[in-house]
Amino acid sequence: MAAAPNHRASPRRASRRRLPWGQIGTHLVLLLLAVLFLFPFYVMLVTSFRSPSELFTPEFHLLPQEFTGLKYYIESITTSPVLTFMKNGVIIALGILVMQILTAIPCAYALAKFEFRGRNLLLALVIFALTVPIQVPALPLYLGLNALGLLDSYFAAMVPFFLSVFAIFLFRQSFKSYPDEIIQAARLDGLSEWAILWRIVVPGSIPAIAAFAVFSITTHWNDLYWPLIVIRSNELMTPPLGLATFADVESGENYGALMATATILTAPLMLVFMLAQRQFVRGVTMTGVK
Amino acid sequence: MMSAGVELDRIEKTYGATTTLRAATLDVKPGEFMTLVGPSGCGKSTLLRIIAGLLPQTSGEVHIDGASIDHLPPRERDIAMVFQSYALYPHMSVAENVATPLKVRRLSRMARLPALGRLLPGQARTRREITDEVRRVADLVEIGPLLERKPAALSGGQRQRVALARAIIRDPRVFLMDEPLSNLDARLRVTMRAEITALHRRLGATFIYVTHDQTEAMTMSSRVAVMMDGTIIQCSTPQGLYEAPEDLRVARFIGSPEINVVASDTVAGWEGGNTRLGQLLQRPLHIAFRPEAVRLSAESAAQTDMLHLSCHIERTERLGHDVLLFLRVLADGAGVTARIPAADFARLDAPGGVLTASLHPADLLAFGPDGKRVALPGLAAATNRGLSHVG
Repeated sequence: MAAAPNHRASPRRASRRRLPWGQIGTHLVLLLLAVLFLFPFYVMLVTSFRSPSELFTPEFHLLPQEFTGLKYYIESITTSPVLTFMKNGVIIALGILVMQILTAIPCAYALAKFEFRGRNLLLALVIFALTVPIQVPALPLYLGLNALGLLDSYFAAMVPFFLSVFAIFLFRQSFKSYPDEIIQAARLDGLSEWAILWRIVVPGSIPAIAAFAVFSITTHWNDLYWPLIVIRSNELMTPPLGLATFADVESGENYGALMATATILTAPLMLVFMLAQRQFVRGVTMTGVK
Repeated sequence: MMSAGVELDRIEKTYGATTTLRAATLDVKPGEFMTLVGPSGCGKSTLLRIIAGLLPQTSGEVHIDGASIDHLPPRERDIAMVFQSYALYPHMSVAENVATPLKVRRLSRMARLPALGRLLPGQARTRREITDEVRRVADLVEIGPLLERKPAALSGGQRQRVALARAIIRDPRVFLMDEPLSNLDARLRVTMRAEITALHRRLGATFIYVTHDQTEAMTMSSRVAVMMDGTIIQCSTPQGLYEAPEDLRVARFIGSPEINVVASDTVAGWEGGNTRLGQLLQRPLHIAFRPEAVRLSAESAAQTDMLHLSCHIERTERLGHDVLLFLRVLADGAGVTARIPAADFARLDAPGGVLTASLHPADLLAFGPDGKRVALPGLAAATNRGLSHVG
């Protein structure tokens, strides 16, 4: 390209100088949306670094006038059980994720690769179940857990989500595209169906599983509705529940500490997403779920 | 190695209203290289999967060495299969791919668990044996240097060798191959053809090979079974299929360029031959003759016992050693393909593109309206006479 002859260089340069308006427009829209999404996070971050007196002045400053450093972070960690909330968040989100993967993978494999009577009906039920929000079975679940004396426990916070129809659907899409001939070769090689699933098919679906992990962890880390119903003890509270409780009770006025806590509790999610990002995008594009 | 005979007894396969296989019957002898050949969709791959136990048949029985194996799952049939797509495990290295069948058979379930399994006692020796075996088989198919690679880093030909190694290492009674060469480029296909034939000779095992490529079928096999519309219409040696097809579809499928087929009343209008032939052609028949049975020399044109037809040369194709001539019979417009050596083509005398093509009546194959071969008594010894001394 560098050695392009002179007489051809000029028209080419002219065409390069013409601005790609379409692209600029697209990027402007994207930029606007990005600002819209990121602005609340920005406010959260900046509030955790500025003195509360700056919050209620008539003019808005993008940067803190008086930088408070890590003051509110230290305050948050020392005065509120933020680390306990995080621990609970990790236990509950990971517990749910592991159970979801263990239950959804065999279901999805059966729906994707086995021929049996009623398969289409089952698949239809799975898709139908996707449309039912947690609020619908919430009351019976609560009554059931209450009858069993299991309320206010990790188990109660996790059990409604052990079976994810979304995971079944997502994994089925992924397994369906797995080549039949490889499965047949494994059968001839003597592997059991169980071994074929876990040793051959699942390693080929890591992107889909990573994508689902991001969805699941985000949902359950951020979930306020269900923990609010079943969790009462402070030492079992999940991040959003803890945040909500402490915003009301203790740090009602202390926005800096509140925002510092919020930042601490959001950070792990950001981290997980960044680590799984590549797999996540591959999984989403591969399975055609958007 | 114990090679085994495979008998297929009236295998039927139906999917709802469509019938894929109808009464497919075949007897494969121990140590034989049997090829199933036919156009795509004729049911040959389905038949192979039924033998392997990957698909259940609707009716009929599969026997190995006389014993029914229909109740056995694939892993207990002692059959290895090589797939068109190679079907290698994508996340395992070549060595792990090849070792898988042995690991499954020789290591306990616990010992096969990832990471943890290696810690169990009493398996170091088995593992070592498996590694040695993998080496030996890898050297046999010349993939020794590739053992640590992943399948994605291999070329098509190399993947096919890995698939072969994974089949060989089990030392199975029967090898099934489902179009193993069709994803390779033309040059590699020729090499692999020779290698698979050599492998068959070395292992002495029973091979059942599926292909839609008649060249593969003709060059590699001890016997070829031609499948059409879900049934085996003829099973014979490659030479037998070519010289004595029992069905017009076989005659058309085997041989390139395709055999000439003309209606009997057209042939009856051609000059020469004898009265006996004239009588035989009273019935409605399909008359077929190979392109190399068509003689174009002046000497043939002078023989009285041959059929003579005045033709116009429409097109010629030079194949190097041979030349194909696409002729149009002037009298009735019938198309005839002739194949002659290039040297004879150079000596050809065809003023204005018109020449006389000659046919010996003994080279004609007759098929009834149903496509089945019909004997033409009085013109016997057709096959030997006609074709053996022609190029």
